[in-house]
Amino acid sequence: MTVTALPPGVRWRPALVARRRNGRVFVWLCYGATAFGIVALLVLLTDVLVKGVPYLSWEFLTSFPSRLADRSGVLAALVGTFYVGIIVVVVAFPIGIATAIWLEEYAPQGPLKRILETNIGNLAGVPSIIYGMLGLAVFVRALSLQRSLIAGGLTIAVLVLPIVIINAQEALRAVPSGIRHASYALGATRWETVRYHVLPAATPGILTGTILALSRAVGEAAPIILISSIAFIAFLPDGPLDSFTILPIQIFIWVSKPQEQFHLIAASAIIVLLVLLLTMNALAIVLRDRARRGTRW
Amino acid sequence: MTLAAPSVDRGGARRPGIRRPARSLFRRKATDRVVTALLLAGVGVSVLTTFGIVAVLIFETFEFFREVPVPDFLFGTEWTPLFDPKRFGVLPLVSGTLLVAGIAVALATPLGIVVAIYLAEYAPDRVRSVVKPFLEVLAGIPTVVFGYFALTFVTPNILRPLIPGTDVFNAGSAGIVVGLMVLPLVATISEDAMGAVPRSLREAAHALGATDLEVALRVVVPAALSGIAAGFILAVSRAIGETMAVAIAAGSTPVLTLDPTRSVQTMTGYIAQVSLGDTPQQSIEFRTIFAVGMTLFVMTLVLNVASQMVVRRFRNVYQ
Repeated sequence: MTVTALPPGVRWRPALVARRRNGRVFVWLCYGATAFGIVALLVLLTDVLVKGVPYLSWEFLTSFPSRLADRSGVLAALVGTFYVGIIVVVVAFPIGIATAIWLEEYAPQGPLKRILETNIGNLAGVPSIIYGMLGLAVFVRALSLQRSLIAGGLTIAVLVLPIVIINAQEALRAVPSGIRHASYALGATRWETVRYHVLPAATPGILTGTILALSRAVGEAAPIILISSIAFIAFLPDGPLDSFTILPIQIFIWVSKPQEQFHLIAASAIIVLLVLLLTMNALAIVLRDRARRGTRW
Repeated sequence: MTLAAPSVDRGGARRPGIRRPARSLFRRKATDRVVTALLLAGVGVSVLTTFGIVAVLIFETFEFFREVPVPDFLFGTEWTPLFDPKRFGVLPLVSGTLLVAGIAVALATPLGIVVAIYLAEYAPDRVRSVVKPFLEVLAGIPTVVFGYFALTFVTPNILRPLIPGTDVFNAGSAGIVVGLMVLPLVATISEDAMGAVPRSLREAAHALGATDLEVALRVVVPAALSGIAAGFILAVSRAIGETMAVAIAAGSTPVLTLDPTRSVQTMTGYIAQVSLGDTPQQSIEFRTIFAVGMTLFVMTLVLNVASQMVVRRFRNVYQ
């Protein structure tokens, strides 16, 4: 706050009326800005619902994409998304949680920990499409997994790894150190302390964080553009080396078509995707609340 | 969850190290060491990822620059790698990216900061508990959905009635939806920064006769400025790296323009376009995406590091 001395002889006038009026104007500005965000979100959701609901049907969920919009469905994309989610859970979660445990419970305070954490923070800021390039060069080409489900899943797993780590670290940090000290005082080793006291206490928090990371993984499409053979996928992947598609990619393909009809079924596919994400987020919130209620320290 | 939970008693008898001293200390310590090694291996993955990204980008970019001189790439104003005559000037892509990001940030920053001031200084708890979930949902919507919204709603229903002659694909609609996308980021980071400003500063200002608005704008915002600036920089970085919304709505015509009603192409949009096409992977055309990716990576990295430095260097620490 800058303080300016008044020139001598000039009387200070509080000008309270004008200042209070400015205050009231600003409050309305606040309402406006907040309403803008909320209204934009509501308009987006309404638009998607109005256009997408008429095409939603059991057939839409159980059909393959077709050249005709009204015969198209999201089955291949839904199953592909499900498999990619499983790969992320199996690969990114253990590695991410292990990294978080090491950083929070094992790493000595010092430059090494700081460098690793800065590195993870920066990885979280790398644009997702760059991860697609990494996946293309490493998984698709170097490990010759081709444009397969496993290559796509691993790419997304690597993409969400920093988010899993950061969220899990936060959950571990929330466990009071008294629990660790008590465990050590009774003669437990470091791993016993982590395994039997810290991890159980942090589990709900870790679950919440990892589910949020998974919902990020499910909505992510950019890296898969480089990995998936975008062609017409009208079959379910037989194994991890099969080609695949995922919901956001299917939406992207339909939106990119010039025909209006495909835009409408894109809206239907968006509803499917949003319902999936909302379910996952609701689960995360329930777990978070349960964790808060169960906390007794 | 807690030491007092009954489950501890039930399982207690089987817990090594607590009720079974018979298990040798040697074995327990061995387990400890094995686990430590496993955890370290996990840490290695994130380090490997970093090296992987940098190595891939450097290697492919190097191959690209063996055929295209660096100045041609950095300062060229024509980008036509997919047809003859091939030109590899990245500036049109950079200008497209900055145009979209500029619109996004011009929308998200003032709105986000005002929302943050409202949430931190004015809003009663009941309003906060409604607005914050909205922001979380907005932040959680997949970017491809924003692309759909830009192309099928913002352009035909808002931009074209306002500015007739707007292209179907245009930088404006992409910028607006990317702005919506980064709005929660700006608002959340700014609100956190304002929440960290101690109450005593506000009370002191009120005691000196400042109105609510003066407290917010002249005391709280300046005190939280480092956090707000960091949020702003992160928003720019996110907007630059955003792919799906931009690939759908901004178009695929790399032209050097600052006109938001025109179709442009961003760096991410170009990478997506080439990846979707049938360009042979070993060709110079395909290598361009790594050179563009490298440019994108360097830009976002510089911004991310800058935001960390702003926080570290300019943070006011209050007791």
